[in-house]
Amino acid sequence: MFLYIAANVWGWKILEGNLSSSKVVDTIPLSDPYAVLQIFAAGSIVGANALIGAFIVTLFYMLIGGRAFCSWVCPVNMVTDLANFIRRKGGFDKVEKKWWASRNIRYWAMGLSFIISFLLGTAAFEIVSPVSMTHRGLVFGMGFGWAAILTIFLFDLFVLKNGWCGHICPLGGFYSLVGRFSLFRVKHNQPNCTLCMKCKEVCPEKEVLFMIGKKSLSVNMGECTLCGRCVEVCDDDALNFSIREFVKKERKK
Amino acid sequence: MNNSKSLKEGEEMGKNKAPKNKERRRFLIQMAQNVAIATVGGLVWSAFVDEAKAAPLLLRPPGAKKEKDFISLCIKCGLCVEACPYDTLMLAKPGDNKPIGTPYFIPRDIPCYMCDDIPCVPPCPTGALDIDSVSEVKEGKRVFDITQMRMGVAIVDIKDCIAYWGIQCDACYRACPLLDKAIFMEYRQNERTGKHAKLLPVVDPDYCTGCGLCEHACVTEIAAIKVLPRDVALGKVGSHYVKGWQKSDERRLKGSKGIQTTVTPRSKKSAVESLNEGIDFE
Repeated sequence: MFLYIAANVWGWKILEGNLSSSKVVDTIPLSDPYAVLQIFAAGSIVGANALIGAFIVTLFYMLIGGRAFCSWVCPVNMVTDLANFIRRKGGFDKVEKKWWASRNIRYWAMGLSFIISFLLGTAAFEIVSPVSMTHRGLVFGMGFGWAAILTIFLFDLFVLKNGWCGHICPLGGFYSLVGRFSLFRVKHNQPNCTLCMKCKEVCPEKEVLFMIGKKSLSVNMGECTLCGRCVEVCDDDALNFSIREFVKKERKK
Repeated sequence: MNNSKSLKEGEEMGKNKAPKNKERRRFLIQMAQNVAIATVGGLVWSAFVDEAKAAPLLLRPPGAKKEKDFISLCIKCGLCVEACPYDTLMLAKPGDNKPIGTPYFIPRDIPCYMCDDIPCVPPCPTGALDIDSVSEVKEGKRVFDITQMRMGVAIVDIKDCIAYWGIQCDACYRACPLLDKAIFMEYRQNERTGKHAKLLPVVDPDYCTGCGLCEHACVTEIAAIKVLPRDVALGKVGSHYVKGWQKSDERRLKGSKGIQTTVTPRSKKSAVESLNEGIDFE
């Protein structure tokens, strides 16, 4: 983050641009693949740099873990994490009225964004994306972007737990699909598990932990953001990061 | 007996089918619900996006494609903004009433200083700023021609320009990097004094790059010479008119279908034919 801001304020050429498209050390392009796809849907062919950049980013996340973007890079995540933290400390879950929302909303949103991009000739999600707004705002100037951040914060705090990140954000949906076959995975060691369920309390995408206490499996669903909270919180060493292929080979032996 | 048996069987079979049918109905109705919600949400979203695209008076960076293509291609990364050494370019913030995240500039504040190497265009990753429109590759190296850029065109307000009052200002003329080409001086007698000439600035749109140095230099409270987007300020002659005294002007008519006129009994014959009617040519 600091490098991005420094590029704008002091002209450092280490990491320029923003999360939509950047240049590393003035040579390596990096681009948001979801944004590039929207531009394709809008009917325009992007230049070489954007294509290369999108390719590099996609490859990286396919190998490392798609939604690692969500937990390690995305600026909005910090906002929703804060909301979640306050929720936990305040014990909201036990008191509030629960709204149910499907975790598939984000996939519908993603599909919609491509349709709208196609019909209106411009990258539809990028126009409204709070992720872009926040990051761009921090580097270039916020304007009314703070209103978007406040909206998401209040939404996650009072309306729906993990509302934005877990249900609505199509960028998260996109990275879930990208990370379906990634290498880094959290692995559950069922014999060590004492069923304390602390991991499920802290996990923003609880459905990925369906195997806790039941089977020794790695968390394979693309929705896992690889945030590592479950690993940190587990006192019994039943959850650890590991490499997927590795796990398969072990089993075969 | 047979009837009642088959009836009972029929009932049982019906009951077995009913759950399946119910399942199917539930699925279909839920699917329809999802589609309906998606459509409503999508329409609201589209309305917002459509409004957000509108900004007819925005000046884009050099080499920008036509606004429609630009809005489609710009990935809103801000690399052009960071490349500009004069801080001319800015990214539209939410609440600016401009297409969000896209680069623009306001010449009255900071004009484009027409850098020879055009640092803002090469970093563009998507080609929203078209490097080929402002440069060409000569002998394997890229040569930039800053005079090729067409960000806008300067328009003079002849009522508020003090030069038209007779004050020999020429601030915009001297500020223009394409002096005597993009802005030139027209001399007219000052009839009020009878002894002086008015130095009237005139803009030639063929050369004006829209950099805005003139607007920045203008001495009036609100600039009397302003840079406007080309498709807002400029007209187009079309194919009805041609400069008959210039053969090269006929190039403009290429591809036009010509003018279709309504044929009446009177106009069926050409004018020359009717004039020559009844004359006996030997």
